[in-house]
Amino acid sequence: MRKVLVGVKRVVDYAVRVRVSADKSGVELANTKMSMNPFCEIAVEEAIRLKEKGAAEEVVAVSIGPKQAQETLRSALAMGCDRAIHVQTDIRSDQGLNPLAIAQLLEKVVEKESPDLVIVGKQSIDGDHATTAPMLAELLGWSQATFAARLDVAADGASAEVERETDAGTEVVKLPLPAVISADLRLNTPRYPKLPNIMKAKKKPLEALEAADLGVDLAPTLVVTGVAPPPDRAAGVTVESVDDLVDKLKNEAAVI
Amino acid sequence: MMHSTRTAIARQGRLALRSRRTLSASAVLSDDDHASGGLCFALTDDQKAFQEVARSYARDVIAPAAAELDRTMAFPEEIFAEMWEMGLVNAHIPEAYGGPGLHAVDGCVIQEELAWGCSGVSTAIEANTLAQMPVILAGTEAQKKKYLGRMTEAPLKCAYGVSEAGAGSDVAAIQTKAAKQGDAWVLNGSKMWITNGGVAKTSGEGGWYFVLAVTDADASVGRKMTGFIVDADSPGITVGDKLINMGQRCSDTRPLFFEDVVVPAENVLGQEGAGFKIAMGAFDNTRPPVAAGAVGVARRATDEALAYAKERKTMGKPIAEHQALSFMLADMATGIEAARLLVHKSAAIIDTGASNTMFASMAKVFAAEHCAKVVNDAVQIFGGAGFNTEYPVEKLMRDAKIYQLYEGTSQIQKLIISRHVLGMETLDP
Repeated sequence: MRKVLVGVKRVVDYAVRVRVSADKSGVELANTKMSMNPFCEIAVEEAIRLKEKGAAEEVVAVSIGPKQAQETLRSALAMGCDRAIHVQTDIRSDQGLNPLAIAQLLEKVVEKESPDLVIVGKQSIDGDHATTAPMLAELLGWSQATFAARLDVAADGASAEVERETDAGTEVVKLPLPAVISADLRLNTPRYPKLPNIMKAKKKPLEALEAADLGVDLAPTLVVTGVAPPPDRAAGVTVESVDDLVDKLKNEAAVI
Repeated sequence: MMHSTRTAIARQGRLALRSRRTLSASAVLSDDDHASGGLCFALTDDQKAFQEVARSYARDVIAPAAAELDRTMAFPEEIFAEMWEMGLVNAHIPEAYGGPGLHAVDGCVIQEELAWGCSGVSTAIEANTLAQMPVILAGTEAQKKKYLGRMTEAPLKCAYGVSEAGAGSDVAAIQTKAAKQGDAWVLNGSKMWITNGGVAKTSGEGGWYFVLAVTDADASVGRKMTGFIVDADSPGITVGDKLINMGQRCSDTRPLFFEDVVVPAENVLGQEGAGFKIAMGAFDNTRPPVAAGAVGVARRATDEALAYAKERKTMGKPIAEHQALSFMLADMATGIEAARLLVHKSAAIIDTGASNTMFASMAKVFAAEHCAKVVNDAVQIFGGAGFNTEYPVEKLMRDAKIYQLYEGTSQIQKLIISRHVLGMETLDP
């Protein structure tokens, strides 16, 4: 394959205990640690491995977001991507920018770059929609394989075999390239960037585009009307007997 | 490559309850770095990236392994090799010899994060840098190519061999002798407390020692000693048993014995008689990162105590809400900030090429002494549980002590600082 395009998203760091903002309009982002979405890291790692195996010549990372998204792109470059594209927008990427708009923006980037393969994370840990990959594939008219746990690209670069995670186990699909793949947890373990590569990342090309210039309607069709933390966990109850337990499970918890 | 445990599920499970409000400068400072008017306390983008990588690795790999490493006292070979792959080891070797050529501030940022994970591990890495520093500062092109170049080809270890059983603070009293014999020198004597002393010899071919020896017993202190690079596989070197210490137990500390060890003339560092100056000059570069390690340990102890204090309840409320403890935590945090500022300043000064000796000593003594207080308070906050090996703070307390001792005892630091201060008219900055 000549080129692999990888989507990466800047999200609240997975280890942060998120708080709801005072006006309950969203998660509090001020002074909060942000990092690359964990599934995007896995996507980048897979793309780099394809290049290292000789299955791809170039890996391009793309991110849609505010100017700080360039930090996330630098991390992708430090892991081994060759080039980066920043689609600049200040619309909140955790809720203001809808998956459809993201997919349409990525479609524009695909038209510009003509990659042979697009790999993205299965979902972002802020939106958790898991819809960008399928939507992008549909917009492009390409095949798709989501929740990838294993990816093998054929030697001739014309097809790929993907083992997908399903609720019942896994299934193996074969699809022609170009295609859209979304990375699941078990696809790989992402590398830590090496120090020399962190320093080299600064010198790699990073192109900035304006989302508003790409001819995509960015207005949200899904609007978040309110965000609230989960209710405080109620105290447990000790029961005296198995009959008691069954009764509570049936009549109170309504799970049996 | 070693399989690390970085799966998102494992991380979520283990860390789900940990709040991550941090004190980090990058979270608090505005984007305009010069809003503070001239001084810049923000790290560069590269330094932030180094910090991020070191922090992730410390959190995901080093910290989970620390208790076991402490218990078994085994040298962290796999972790060392993985960090070597990542470029976190030998970070100050110049690019000309295959290294990343990092500066002192970069090293301090990285050391603080690694020490947060486990100071036994961070010391094993820093020991390489300490041994390399005399070569980086005073080596010839040929010596640098040979002895620094090889460190970036394989995860080798080297060690700084100066201290002896009878000479720690009093370096001038070392007894190891080097006698000229034809075109070479012959070393006889012994060294003590040598970090990486065993692994420099046993873990891979090519390890070496920086050894300070007396070459002219009648000369003055500044001229009687010479620094040598000694290949670890030289005949006549015996490595003693691993020293069982209070803390940093996975670090490999040994006595070394030299019996008629032949060292070629081309392995003299600088020139004959320059050893003392070279050995001491290294410290201006290595005291800041060692002090950074003390900051890392203090920070870890404070993190642990903070988390515990928010959860543990006495008298109807989390113990963090009792002022006696919240004031302790305030003092712990304040000292960590102050120590880090001193560490960074001392490192920044030497990065400009200026002399930083007094500041390096200030950073070392302040960070070490504060760390000792912090870990003691951390155990106190944990109460009886703090004394127990199931909880993380007793190890930190054992690990912290050495910061007041190695790399120059706190008393030696005060000697250095007082000499500088007494030479001043006023303290006008």
